[in-house]
Amino acid sequence: MLVLLGLGVMLAGFALRWNPLAVIVLAALASGWAAGIAPLALIAALGKAFNSARYVMILWLLLPVIGLLEAYGLQEHARALIERLRGATVGRLLTGYLLIRQVSAALGLDAAAGQAQTVRPLLAPMAEAAAERQAPGLDQPARDAIKAMAAATDNVGRFFGEDIFLAVGSILLMKGVLDKAGIVLEPWQFSVWAIPSALAAFAIHGWRLRRLDRALAARGEGGA
Amino acid sequence: MITLHAVYLFAGLLFAAYAGLNLADRGHPHRLGNGAFWALMAASMLAGDRLGDLGNGLVVAALALVAMLRLTGPGAEPSADAATRAARAARLGHRLFALALVIPLVALGATFLFQRYPALVEPKQGSLVALAASALVALGLALVVLRASPRVALAEGRRLIDAVGWAAVLPQALVALGAVFTLAGVGDAVGQIFAMAIPAGSLAGAVLAYGLGMALFTMALGNAFAAFPVMFAGVGLPLLIRAHHGDPAVVAAIGMLAGFCGTLLTPMAANFNLVPAALLNLADRNAVIRRQAGTALPLLAANILFIWLFAFRS
Repeated sequence: MLVLLGLGVMLAGFALRWNPLAVIVLAALASGWAAGIAPLALIAALGKAFNSARYVMILWLLLPVIGLLEAYGLQEHARALIERLRGATVGRLLTGYLLIRQVSAALGLDAAAGQAQTVRPLLAPMAEAAAERQAPGLDQPARDAIKAMAAATDNVGRFFGEDIFLAVGSILLMKGVLDKAGIVLEPWQFSVWAIPSALAAFAIHGWRLRRLDRALAARGEGGA
Repeated sequence: MITLHAVYLFAGLLFAAYAGLNLADRGHPHRLGNGAFWALMAASMLAGDRLGDLGNGLVVAALALVAMLRLTGPGAEPSADAATRAARAARLGHRLFALALVIPLVALGATFLFQRYPALVEPKQGSLVALAASALVALGLALVVLRASPRVALAEGRRLIDAVGWAAVLPQALVALGAVFTLAGVGDAVGQIFAMAIPAGSLAGAVLAYGLGMALFTMALGNAFAAFPVMFAGVGLPLLIRAHHGDPAVVAAIGMLAGFCGTLLTPMAANFNLVPAALLNLADRNAVIRRQAGTALPLLAANILFIWLFAFRS
């Protein structure tokens, strides 16, 4: 049970707002020490896993082209487009994005969108522009909350769409784990059971987005 | 055959350029810290396979040290001010959207191409190589259409990566932490606790423990993939499937999705939750998690209900 020390270090570190990168190294040292692994072997294990996880950094290769497009006005153009669309609201914009994201993830088109490719340069500025029109004079915390909602919508859409696709990693993992337990199922048998949760995710998040529109409308009228 | 090594070479050169740009920026308040941080990442990308396990571990420790001492930070000014950007946007119009769309289109096209011709790219790495290819192709096209200098792209990339700072390395470091946790047996310890906590014979109790356990365990590890094998072996298989004759497809599929609700709630899932907050320059590091909680909690309840309703139909 002592190996749970690492989880305690993570919780304490995040709660006390220490630097997360340092907390991660401390947590690895704590759990490894509790499991009786020698410090140098522990550093080596951490390094080995770090080296084989370099693939998660590929996302950052997009920054030069995103930054270049932004320097040439991509965010400004996205904002201007929303300002011209009469009926555009934050709720409608994000609900439409949620639907597209869920459907495309369900078809295996996971790479079609993401936090660096679509949320930062397009979705977040569009949502901010729509909110600004619904309730003029929003303060910075309110703007941050709208942008955070755009990022949240991308995550919800992706997570609760991708498991309907047959060849996604989690389905293959489930199949592998159940195979080992002597239960042999086909991938589609898992993926159909992702559909109720996908519908529930759309209903719950969509309802919250409608409430966000109402809150902005109330704020806009109150301010006018 | 193209493998991830080509991608790591590209990334390593990019990080080396960011380090160089920072070191050459004499007025920058975090010149040396940023320079050291990105130089370490460049070393990991370019020479990770030759550094040895201990060498890579020391790179991680050094990155953490630079971050802990608050030596990194943003600083460079955007290459174009707001008025210039607005004027350029008015002139270029939808061409900007078209260039932005090149990224997903090339990523998808390349993924299909690599699946069709498995000799081109190591099959398991196809979608990752495709994403890197899309970044390169989109950059090339944008430079031509905008008649921009590659220096502007590098300077803007460096400005954005400096703004993200040490958070850029969190996803990779968390994957490494997960591997150390597995080595130390953290998963087994958590599984034992949940197995002990369940009241014997209660179906509702077992379903609740399994669903909540998937979410909580995912929050602790930052990854539903790490939580699933442990919770399934500890609770799902012996209790829900063997003792209560639940449908294994439902128990597995919706159990995994209960775990995904946990992913929405934890800073440990840095690439989904902390990276966007950094990319959007939000004041609160946990702002995205706070927005997601209102969806994730009712959705977790729905998933637990779905397991109870659909897995025990007969």
